[in-house]
Amino acid sequence: MTTTVAKTGPVPDYDYKVVRQFTIMSVVWGIFGMGMGVLIAAQLAWPELNNFWQPFSHFGRLRPLHTNAVIFAFGGSVLFATSYYVVQRTCQTPLWGGWLVPFTFWGWQVVIIAAAITLPMGYTSTKEYAELEWPIDILIAFIWIAYALVFFGTIAKRRTSHIYVANWFFGAYIITIAALHIVNSLAVPVSAFKSYSLFAGTTDAMIQWWYGHNAVGFFLTAAFLGIMYYFVPKQANRPIYSYQLSIVHFWALISIYVWAGGHHLHYSALPDWTQSLAMVMSVILLAPSWGGMINGIMTLSGAWHKLRTDPTLRFLVVSLSFYGMSTFEGPMMSIKTVNALSHNTDWTVGHVHSGALGWVAMISIGALYHLVPVLWKRREMYSVKLINAHFWLATVGTVLYIAAMWVNGITQGLMWRAFNADGTLTYSFVESVMASHPGYIVRWIGGSFFLFGMFLMAYNVFRTITEKENAARGDNTVPMAQTA
Amino acid sequence: MSTFWSVWVIVLTLTNLALVTWILFANRKVAVDDQQDPENKTTGHVYDGIEEYDNPLPKWWFMLFVATLVFTGIYLAIYPGLGNFKGFGGWTSVGQLERQQADARAEFDDTFGKYAEMPVEQIADSREALKMGARIFANNCAVCHGADGGGNYGFPNLTDGNWLHGGTPDKILETIRKGREGEMPPQGPMIGEEGVKNTAEYVLALNELEHDAEMAAEGEKVFGTVCMACHGADGKGNQSMGAPNLTDNIWLYGSSREQIRHTIRSGRSNEMPKQEDKLREDKIRLVAAYVYSLSRQQEVEQ
Repeated sequence: MTTTVAKTGPVPDYDYKVVRQFTIMSVVWGIFGMGMGVLIAAQLAWPELNNFWQPFSHFGRLRPLHTNAVIFAFGGSVLFATSYYVVQRTCQTPLWGGWLVPFTFWGWQVVIIAAAITLPMGYTSTKEYAELEWPIDILIAFIWIAYALVFFGTIAKRRTSHIYVANWFFGAYIITIAALHIVNSLAVPVSAFKSYSLFAGTTDAMIQWWYGHNAVGFFLTAAFLGIMYYFVPKQANRPIYSYQLSIVHFWALISIYVWAGGHHLHYSALPDWTQSLAMVMSVILLAPSWGGMINGIMTLSGAWHKLRTDPTLRFLVVSLSFYGMSTFEGPMMSIKTVNALSHNTDWTVGHVHSGALGWVAMISIGALYHLVPVLWKRREMYSVKLINAHFWLATVGTVLYIAAMWVNGITQGLMWRAFNADGTLTYSFVESVMASHPGYIVRWIGGSFFLFGMFLMAYNVFRTITEKENAARGDNTVPMAQTA
Repeated sequence: MSTFWSVWVIVLTLTNLALVTWILFANRKVAVDDQQDPENKTTGHVYDGIEEYDNPLPKWWFMLFVATLVFTGIYLAIYPGLGNFKGFGGWTSVGQLERQQADARAEFDDTFGKYAEMPVEQIADSREALKMGARIFANNCAVCHGADGGGNYGFPNLTDGNWLHGGTPDKILETIRKGREGEMPPQGPMIGEEGVKNTAEYVLALNELEHDAEMAAEGEKVFGTVCMACHGADGKGNQSMGAPNLTDNIWLYGSSREQIRHTIRSGRSNEMPKQEDKLREDKIRLVAAYVYSLSRQQEVEQ
């Protein structure tokens, strides 16, 4: 039998500094981005909250700040931290790239701060999830190229013969996000903070959703599957369930995802063929998406008892359940008949958050709880009880959020399409807004639960790092083959 | 779409689907058949301690994948999707829309149809018709004029029997069909800031609101030379021009001193958008009857 583990020599001197930096910032930006989310959820429930500190605090300006902060500041920091960590350890080599490595960290922080300043000031390119204006876009492109060089440079000098599946996903995400970001952000600048998209009309909308959907597909799905493929088997101490499944679902996922963006533009000016194609490709995506869930959850077979005692593992496994749920919901909502009901309603918002809170945030939190003790050479986290409390806050918060949005979304969809026998619309728009109000309050409560959990995490991480008596600890992730 | 791009789309689509199908079938069997160690269920890869089993694809998952691919094949044969190929079903989104609109038109001829030529007064006598009109109002007019038709800043109250362009059924119909433009030209450049302030006092006086009598007297002179052209010598307005009555203490842009000055100084510009492209004649008549009834209710109460 061949083995890909480097058999000789000491464990390389991994570059953990950048991983530590991104880990800390993950927690900081997580609280910031989710705090923004709770604030704008409150603004929707109690519109008078929009009245303070106008125009900077208006919902219309803070909403893009929330999305950018949770996706790129929180999610991005988690991905930088985990991908840098995983690629080193599974390639058995320190990071390649020299100054490029700190450049990605500091550059990324500059981008986030620039976003936090320019978005409330009203500078926006108006492209959803890509609102930042052109100078910031250019900086992002440079950072991303540096990221790609570091990642693939490290892969190139690996000491293992094969490339681990987590790195396939990280690699696909880095390449695709580069293409998506650069093409979608192409614009003609007219001043230092204003530009106009290079594309017009329907083409612009299609480019926007090709980007927007694959920001979900590659940034928030493929890359986080990379996290799953390392941290689930590691935390459960079990082999990955099926290598065949990895191969099939990886290639199917990354080749099909890029077709699906058009389903955001059903029943629009987009040509019929583009809409149909986006729909069928979205339906095909169900199986490849579930492949990742199966591979993660089945990895636990024989280790289910660990869920009772290990809340970190629980975070990872429950995130996979939410992942499976939202990747069933997604293909279903892309079917035109369903979309006719769900489009423009809160159902879409709920779907996004079952992915964003249930999948992305929970797997990130699980991975961070695994990482922090390793990176700071601690025996374990300061308090397992607090992790457990965080787990329940996050789970209950997510469930409240998505249940409220399901109820709201379906209510809105049904009210908007209800006709009286005489052919007039049964409800005016404002009646559907009034019907949504209780859901908005429940959503705010759910979001607050989730945010409160993040504060527990920040405290737990702080105590873990600073507590001295917790310090006596080596590397707890020695390869199984050597410990067995 | 040119033939080139059509072929481009078809080839890319089918190639991608074919490759996905191939990779699915090619990996059905377990990859590593370890003769020396049949008990070994792993691939032999170890990454940072992580091993991989070579379990086969779960059967139900494989079947699910195949089912979505079969669905795709059938769907792309029936519906447009492959470039310029229109599909055997002949479906288009425009066709679907037109069919649904025709169905609706036919279906609602019974309910709406009879109102297309009925006089507005007669429609307003039918409770049934007024209910329909109220719903049309709620979905098309209430955004500006308010759910109760009570108006808002810049949007006229439709319930007070006070009309800018006339409240007869014909005038209401005309307003809804063709829309209205309300244009008060800015007078600041002509009469100067002094004139603006004086005229504002005079307008306040016309409405018996608190005012400076001396300034109002000066304002009356300005009014008599400038404002009277539209608002009339007595300030009671002119419906044929849409010039409001300035003596009834009903205000579209507020009655405060500063608001009135602003109106005189900088003018006002307003638009009621025309509805005849959006609403059918029978619906326009129904909503006209509803608006007509709103103002009459007030009269009856008084």
